[in-house]
Amino acid sequence: MQTSTLDYRKVRQEKIIKALGNKDTSVQFDDSLENAMVLNMGPQHPATHGVLRLLLKLDGETVIQCIPELGYLHRGYEKLAENCSYHEYIPHTDRLDYLSPLLNNTAYVLAVEKLLGIEAPRRTQFIRTIISELARISSHCLAMGALAMDIGALTVFLWTFREREKLYDIFENLTGARFTTSYTRIGGVAQDLTPEVKKMMEDFINQFPEKLFECEKLLNTNRIFVERMDGVGVITREKAISLGMTGPNLRAVGIEHDIRRVEPYLLYNEFDFEVPTFEGGDCLARYYVRLNEMKQSILILQQALEKIPQGPIHAFDTKKVLPRKERIYTKMEEMIHDFMLINIGAVPPIGEVYHAVEGSKGELGFYIQSRGEGQPWRLKIRSPSFCNLQSLPTLIHNSMLSDVVAIIGSIDPVMGEADK
Amino acid sequence: MNQVVVDLLKKTFPDSIIEVKEFRNETTIIVKKENIVKISEFLRDNPKCQFNYLSDLCGADAYTPENRFEVIYNLLSIPLKHRIRIKIFTDETNPNVPTVSNVWEAANWCEREAYDMFGIIFDGHNDLRRMFMPEDFEYYPLRKNFPLMGIPNSLPLPDTNPKK
Repeated sequence: MQTSTLDYRKVRQEKIIKALGNKDTSVQFDDSLENAMVLNMGPQHPATHGVLRLLLKLDGETVIQCIPELGYLHRGYEKLAENCSYHEYIPHTDRLDYLSPLLNNTAYVLAVEKLLGIEAPRRTQFIRTIISELARISSHCLAMGALAMDIGALTVFLWTFREREKLYDIFENLTGARFTTSYTRIGGVAQDLTPEVKKMMEDFINQFPEKLFECEKLLNTNRIFVERMDGVGVITREKAISLGMTGPNLRAVGIEHDIRRVEPYLLYNEFDFEVPTFEGGDCLARYYVRLNEMKQSILILQQALEKIPQGPIHAFDTKKVLPRKERIYTKMEEMIHDFMLINIGAVPPIGEVYHAVEGSKGELGFYIQSRGEGQPWRLKIRSPSFCNLQSLPTLIHNSMLSDVVAIIGSIDPVMGEADK
Repeated sequence: MNQVVVDLLKKTFPDSIIEVKEFRNETTIIVKKENIVKISEFLRDNPKCQFNYLSDLCGADAYTPENRFEVIYNLLSIPLKHRIRIKIFTDETNPNVPTVSNVWEAANWCEREAYDMFGIIFDGHNDLRRMFMPEDFEYYPLRKNFPLMGIPNSLPLPDTNPKK
């Protein structure tokens, strides 16, 4: 054993010496596919925004094939939904798109209200519109900052996080939690919007456009940023529709499709705002759509905070809406209803509904099948990140390896939502 | 708007439409699974339908002896801004349905997800792997007879004993 190893080493040594003596040391392959390399990117890679795993087949630095692997964050939320009541499921929606939990809360509750056939009071609808737009700004801020960081501009990441910190302070004062808000209730919201929180929101939207402009100044005319983004990850209109891209990514190919506009829910048909679209279909267009959407969100917030009326925050339907805590302790009727709602749950009629809202990543829909029980028979989450990720192989095809991080950053996936 | 689509479908495929349901202003059309590809192509290409966007495709377990599994197609038309829902049934013993991934490419991953969760087999799908669960997982987690707590030892974990 010992001697054979030594022999082998000796032979190899001789070969190397001989090769060094020979001046022509270049290696040639007839077929370029012969030196294709498979690179495993993720699931623990900072640029994949979570636990996305990509298998990349490289020819030199060019990606010739890409296979995304999902499921590293699969927690079975659809199975859980079938085993808990409609109220109990609200905290789980926080964990879907964990960058905009308030939007998920709103989307889920709207779907359940459609199934139950109730409508929240007008003040609640205002509050839900406001929190949706704040959540959208928070999510787009992170998308913009993380995209810039992936490309190498760390400053913007820190600046957008400073703005998100202010938003989280607002969420903490409004809902009692910074991250896992669980704020909405069926037929209402958990707490009323206090004048103090309203003041914080007004202060935020007054100073935010200026701060956003500062970030914009660092990126929009930055030659490195623009050249890394312009013409990278291009997709055509037909392909984007066929692959099911949604949200800002769909609007970046020039399709003016925004659910807030085409199927208005909450109070979006009462506010003036534009749906920004860009024609390029590349990373830069996707960045600009998000940037302009934040500005439109500020416009909606200004109008909503100005117009918000006084009034009740809970719909009056004792069989479906949880009663107020102080009344449970003092009134017999409310105690009975609370007991029934907690133990059996709000019981919708037999049927099925699909309700979609414009989430920060795209069309966030809940499809619920009811069999007249307190739990849904089947609940399907139509998560926008899942649909956006499906276009990744098309976007990445024939691009450089270093562009992969820019493309992932520009389609802005959240794995909590894609993996459910 | 939905009535137009329903009438058109009834006229073009008189034998394939089983039932039309209306609930909360949403139309669900139950069709025969054999013709789903033709119906999908018709819905996508007809100028009065133009359902060019597959919003969602999902499976469901009705847990009945016959027609146990459902496949639900939530369609959206971006030019005409309307929605419709198509539903097909399939059996437990023979859970095969034709794929629509050639009609809408978005169906590719959704069908993989439905296969992963319910074991519905989409005939003609070019890459029918599991979407979320490991490839060697033997069960279908969203079936109603799969327990909520999972099945012990169904997912082998790496050995963490340092002495071995």
